[in-house]
Amino acid sequence: MRKNIKWNIFLTIAVTGICIFLLYPPKEKLKLGLDLQGGMHLVLEVDTTKLPPGSDPSDAVDRALEIIRNRIDTFGVSEPIIQKQGKDKIVVQLPGLKDPRRAKNLIGSTALLEFRLVDSERLDEAEAGKIPKGYEILEDEKGKKLLVKKEPELTGDTLVNAWVDSGGGGIMSQTVVSLEFNKIGARKFAKVTGAHINEQLAIVLDGKVRSAPVIRSRIDGGRAQIEGNFSLEEARDLKIILRAGALPAPVKIIEERTVGPSLGADSIRKGIIASIAGFVLVGLFMVIYYKLSGMIANVGLVGCLIMLLGCLAGFKGTLTLPGIAGIILTMGMALDSNVIIFERIREELRAGRTVKAAIDAGYKKAFGTVFDSHVTTLITGLILFTFGTGPIKGFALTLSLGVTISLFTAIVITRFIFDLRKEYQTLSI
Amino acid sequence: MLELIKNPKINFIGKRYHAFIISGVLCLLGIIAVIFTFIGKANLGVDFAGGSLVQVKFQKPVAADVLRKALISNNLADSEIQQVAEGNRVLIRTRKQEVVGERVDERIRKILAREFEGNRFILEGIEYVGPKIGGELREKALWAIFWAIIAMMIYIAFRFDFRFGIAAAIATLHDVLVVYGIIWLSNREVTLLTISALLTLAGYSLTDTVIVFDRIRENLKLRRKEVYDVVINSSINEVLSRTIVTSVTVLIVLLALIIRGSQVTFDFCLVLLIGVIVGTYSSVFVASPILVEWHLLATKKVKSTTPEMTNKKSK
Repeated sequence: MRKNIKWNIFLTIAVTGICIFLLYPPKEKLKLGLDLQGGMHLVLEVDTTKLPPGSDPSDAVDRALEIIRNRIDTFGVSEPIIQKQGKDKIVVQLPGLKDPRRAKNLIGSTALLEFRLVDSERLDEAEAGKIPKGYEILEDEKGKKLLVKKEPELTGDTLVNAWVDSGGGGIMSQTVVSLEFNKIGARKFAKVTGAHINEQLAIVLDGKVRSAPVIRSRIDGGRAQIEGNFSLEEARDLKIILRAGALPAPVKIIEERTVGPSLGADSIRKGIIASIAGFVLVGLFMVIYYKLSGMIANVGLVGCLIMLLGCLAGFKGTLTLPGIAGIILTMGMALDSNVIIFERIREELRAGRTVKAAIDAGYKKAFGTVFDSHVTTLITGLILFTFGTGPIKGFALTLSLGVTISLFTAIVITRFIFDLRKEYQTLSI
Repeated sequence: MLELIKNPKINFIGKRYHAFIISGVLCLLGIIAVIFTFIGKANLGVDFAGGSLVQVKFQKPVAADVLRKALISNNLADSEIQQVAEGNRVLIRTRKQEVVGERVDERIRKILAREFEGNRFILEGIEYVGPKIGGELREKALWAIFWAIIAMMIYIAFRFDFRFGIAAAIATLHDVLVVYGIIWLSNREVTLLTISALLTLAGYSLTDTVIVFDRIRENLKLRRKEVYDVVINSSINEVLSRTIVTSVTVLIVLLALIIRGSQVTFDFCLVLLIGVIVGTYSSVFVASPILVEWHLLATKKVKSTTPEMTNKKSK
């Protein structure tokens, strides 16, 4: 038995030590979920029905994902998560995001760039209802209508580069986005501009006319500019999506969860307050009800908490708001094993056993109950982990880890302290 | 030794028919709630029904009806407004995802900017769930509950025996149904968190049942000569303080979370709080009496002449 105690003490110190090491410093080691640190969770659906016939939808989703990843990487978000979900969905998680609107535009636009010829002479006719074959009416950002050819002269897939310029110079200089085509694109562009001097060429992005300059002369060298009333920010975003290229098919945001950083900070604060309150109250209850033994249970509880946070950091798990609730809940449940054991010891003492016999019998007979009650909770925890998403996964994780650890603390940590008390004549319980 | 109940001798089994009536009514409520939920008559949250939930933080307080008027006059008549006491926060919830071709959150941003000039605000949180996702989440939640109950039933049947497994599963299903019935009746919003709480509750309510069943199993082995329902009743009494104290420790932390915790986890903890109470009740009044009834049925079949012993006082 003596050997057993030493082994338990060693195990306790070793495990606690490892967990503290894993956890320190907590600010760096504990990964916070989007609901606590703020951020955006998006689920995008790739509209594969719009793909040209014969192309592989799964390949299109993969390509869309790569393009979105490129856009996000250039946009600059730390530790983004971009994953394929199911057949045609893409999950995007951007922690600590400052401007969710901008990010949404950046991710959600197809970025299909087209250069289309404008027919300004037949516009009135078309507006009256007689749209010429092969043409359509598009609007620019101010709502001005233009009659443009359906078939583009040139598309964005021949782009090799895009950058932000301040066009013209001077105080009133406009922000423009400059484009550079590859050889094929440049040749086509030169041909089109050469053949249609003094006509308008509309630059269409995702079905909206961005600008429609008049062609003054044939443009060689494969360069063009998009003018428009955009801010520096908008121009920068346009550059990003043009560089990353167009998505093979349009995407639609079908789920969004955005949490601002202030709300997240608020949640953390409340979570900590509630945790402390819960701990103090339940600890107090244990001391009042079980006296010194209750105190021992509380020591086990603190150990359990350290180990839980340590394992969470070790497994690179994410702490979410429901996850915090899960931790506190587990603490309540962790005490259950002690309660079951203590009540059994009391029962044995009432039956007239010695302290030593009561402790041994208490631990031995209560073990089955403690084990079963933990396993049932663990089962639900694992099922929640499988079916849940985001914050709920966080809860399931803390719950599952928590019950496993509390089983360990109940039969290892508090056990060896009780083993030390076996020599006493009476037991404070 | 501080004890809640000293050496209790309560006749739980004798009162089981009262309990069956109460549980029956509550379960019926739960079943009605489930049926009504399926035909769409329940306060399903954005997660399941689809729609948008926007949390706005204003610089200065805004009255709910002023806000409501502003939303109604801008095509958002169906929105619900909930004020959060702290920090001039308002939650706007609507079943819609889009208004006149524009995302609801963008729409709300514009409406607020126009109608509340001079009161700066930020959209702190946006939840937007498309109709398709809502359906998927609904389906997932149902499967999760189904598998949880099956898995636990198998575990209990494996650790005890088939009869105990069924009794525990019925008690667990009872708890989930009753709590869901209460949520539905009080018209609280059903979200993903509510379902998670119900699942957690399913796992936790078994703790109390396991405590009682363990003792019943132990006593059934030791006291073979005694009458079945007497053994069961005294088993419940023997572990009664355990059943209650384990629930108390969890209730304490849940109360702390409800009173001091975040708005987000409030409903979650409320569900668990009700659940822990119902679960404690069911381990005593549902799970164990089922064992008694089962035993009576089984012995009746063997020898139909066995006298009624249901109303026999224990000890």
